[in-house]
Amino acid sequence: MRWDALIEVALRPGIADPAGTTIERSLPALGFDHVSHVRMGKAIRLVVDADHETAARATVEDLCRRFLTNPVIEQATISISLASQADDPDVEPMAGDHHDGPERSR
Amino acid sequence: MSAEVAVVLFPGTNCEYDVVTGVERAGGSARIVWHGDRDLGSPDAVVIPGGFAHGDYLRPGAIARFSPVMSAVEEFAAAGGPVVGVCNGFQVLTEAHLLPGALQKNRGLGFICAPVELEVASDRSVLTRGIPVGRRLRIPINHFEGNYTCDAATLVRLEGDGRIVLRYVDNPNGSVASIAGIANQAGNVVGLMPHPERATDALLGSEDGLVLLRALLAAAGAPVGSPA
Repeated sequence: MRWDALIEVALRPGIADPAGTTIERSLPALGFDHVSHVRMGKAIRLVVDADHETAARATVEDLCRRFLTNPVIEQATISISLASQADDPDVEPMAGDHHDGPERSR
Repeated sequence: MSAEVAVVLFPGTNCEYDVVTGVERAGGSARIVWHGDRDLGSPDAVVIPGGFAHGDYLRPGAIARFSPVMSAVEEFAAAGGPVVGVCNGFQVLTEAHLLPGALQKNRGLGFICAPVELEVASDRSVLTRGIPVGRRLRIPINHFEGNYTCDAATLVRLEGDGRIVLRYVDNPNGSVASIAGIANQAGNVVGLMPHPERATDALLGSEDGLVLLRALLAAAGAPVGSPA
């Protein structure tokens, strides 16, 4: 089975989030003085092949711990759902491999 | 024979020739090693220079850690060989877990490119051995993510074991305890945000970087044998 994973990476509580703070500070100028607690992060989507949701989640948790987040400063919120369709025709797989990518040009 | 330094080049590294030139001015020789190579040769020291390894995608240093050359760097470090990461190289070393902590965005979200005053805080590292503690050095920084952070227990260990090797005199980026550079427990792996290779000629405003590079070359001639 294929599972859609949405990984939201945010800075840990207590780690300064200057981007979030800067966005929040600019909100009153637009009249949004009732909006607070802005936190800036990033979202990563991927598809996992696994027999169960639990297995899919375990894979993504491991991936987050070892690569997608830096646990010193970041934490991840993971959402797993059954993939809506087998393949998304709009999304081409990434070409190339960073590690053995283009030869040095200099 | 002068000490030979292997300078690791990732796609996106941009300080490799500055490091080569700086090492040569300090009296050593240097050779660039491509990140895809699994063999470092037999250098006396390794420097991971600044830049944007792998475009800084995901996080600075996060992908560089998986480059084939990093296994060789880890083995070299484990055997006591001197390894220094400058700026992005420091970020690579923390992501590779060769040094603790992490480098977050500068306080105030500013990219800072300026000469700064540093103070040598410990001589227990291959980059500062033989340099009197308290010595001031003027060396430029050039970074957006140089705000060093770590958990409280790590900070206590770094302080207690003399592993904070360089501090900012006037903290420019919000780093905890004004940390500009740290070492591993054995003192043979060092990461620092300032660029010693850019302070190797009076025409560039300072020659203080040579103090650190000469200390590294001297240490490379007599590597740290075992953890202190």
